[in-house]
Amino acid sequence: MKCDICDKKATVHLTEIVDDQITEMHLCEDCAREKSVQMEQQFGLADLLAGLSDFGKQVKDVEKVKLKCANCGITYDDFRKFGRLGCSHCYEAFKTHISTLLKKIHGSNQHFGKTPVKMPTDTKKKIEELQELKSQMVKSIQVEDFEKAAELRDKIRKLENEE
Amino acid sequence: MKNKKEVDGLMSHTGEWLRSKGMHPDIVMSSRIRLARNMKDIPFPNKAKKKDLYEILSLVEQAANEINYFADSNYFKISELDNVDRQLLVERHLMSHEHATNPDGKALIVSPEEIVSVMVNEEDHLRIQVMHSGFNLDETWDIANTIDNALSEKLSFAYSFHWGYLTSCPTNTGTAIRGSGMLHLPALVMTKQINKVLAAVAKLNFASRGFYGEGTQASGNFYQISNQVSLGHSEQEVIQNINGLIRQIIEQEEQARQALLVQNKPMLEDKIFRSFGVLKAAHIISSQETVELLSMVRLGVDLNVIKDVSREAINELFIMIQPAHLQKFEGKKLTAAERDSKRASVIRQKLGGI
Repeated sequence: MKCDICDKKATVHLTEIVDDQITEMHLCEDCAREKSVQMEQQFGLADLLAGLSDFGKQVKDVEKVKLKCANCGITYDDFRKFGRLGCSHCYEAFKTHISTLLKKIHGSNQHFGKTPVKMPTDTKKKIEELQELKSQMVKSIQVEDFEKAAELRDKIRKLENEE
Repeated sequence: MKNKKEVDGLMSHTGEWLRSKGMHPDIVMSSRIRLARNMKDIPFPNKAKKKDLYEILSLVEQAANEINYFADSNYFKISELDNVDRQLLVERHLMSHEHATNPDGKALIVSPEEIVSVMVNEEDHLRIQVMHSGFNLDETWDIANTIDNALSEKLSFAYSFHWGYLTSCPTNTGTAIRGSGMLHLPALVMTKQINKVLAAVAKLNFASRGFYGEGTQASGNFYQISNQVSLGHSEQEVIQNINGLIRQIIEQEEQARQALLVQNKPMLEDKIFRSFGVLKAAHIISSQETVELLSMVRLGVDLNVIKDVSREAINELFIMIQPAHLQKFEGKKLTAAERDSKRASVIRQKLGGI
């Protein structure tokens, strides 16, 4: 079998799946190496994230450009271009957009899971309590106990607003 | 930790993840957990100034030096290593290709058996990686969790009430966990069912990659299956989900192997023995051909068709036949043609060839 790009013998067989579309490629070692570099660049996610972050249209483009992180200095526009945040404070600076984006990527914008060891004890307690309430709420919805779920939701809101 | 300016100390052995231990070591070569962590207030590496990167290095070095687990670990500053040494660490799956390029301000911690490696200042300040042989994500997670806890006692990690661990790329936010299994699926490839499996994997929001790093779904019939979602599910849930998916793929691969044996045993055995024969006899061989043939021999070992070679030896060869390893064995730089002949000789030596 010949390489799809040049005429050398194809030794690398690549399957690419985009959505449900499967494309097969047959490449020689040299072309495959080149292709793999190209793909790594494509998988930089910048394009994908830029596309996704436009999902929430609450803020007009002009306003987005003005959003800037005071800690590291990157703008929301920089983030859209490169797909990488500049520091942990960016999350707060671009809060609304990040929240929408996280929901789009992960299907959720609430962390469940571990907490760092080094943390004020009351914050840690609160996080654990919140996670427990949320997990109970999900269970209540699953068993269609909506009264209980609503009660839990109010508790969660109250606790979140204390932050 | 021991500061090292070269990787020579790693050459006498290979990583534990190649040992073929644990559950289903035939189909699941290794299990891996990666956690991303960042320091509060200091910009992420892509935005950090040189002084920020060096501040991170010194914070991490100090913290790790106080942690017992790292007492016998090697500590490499990437800029102090030459190109071949950097490449060798990539070939061992201890660090990414990205970490080897632009080495300034970057470091790597490697535990003695190469079970734990920590990249400092890659895409995030810390990338904690734990690799174990076989299908063993639970124990792999326990180690990652212990190391993360030990580090987080000494370092202030960026963490949000709502979003968990904050990372440079929002695709990692939350638990910042990536769990994966390196699966060898020759029968699913031979029976042309692999595309169906990969399509299902993608549909379930898992990613599949090749053996030799991100961006390729290259050869050797290896597929690294990992989670993509890191926010909204606890670490345990993420691991349970991957475990469930891997279990299903193992079953499918086993069925495909049985089907091949029932329908076409002589042809399968012929393919396996021819591959073994070429590897034992070749004097010049490319990495691509080697990987394809090794995959067949590995299947031969799994099916007990080949009895005089261990799976561990085959696993090791996948790593040893790569360019930086060959050059370290030879003790000098080799051209591509010289590597092809050195590769053949390393393989013959390992497999008891002609």
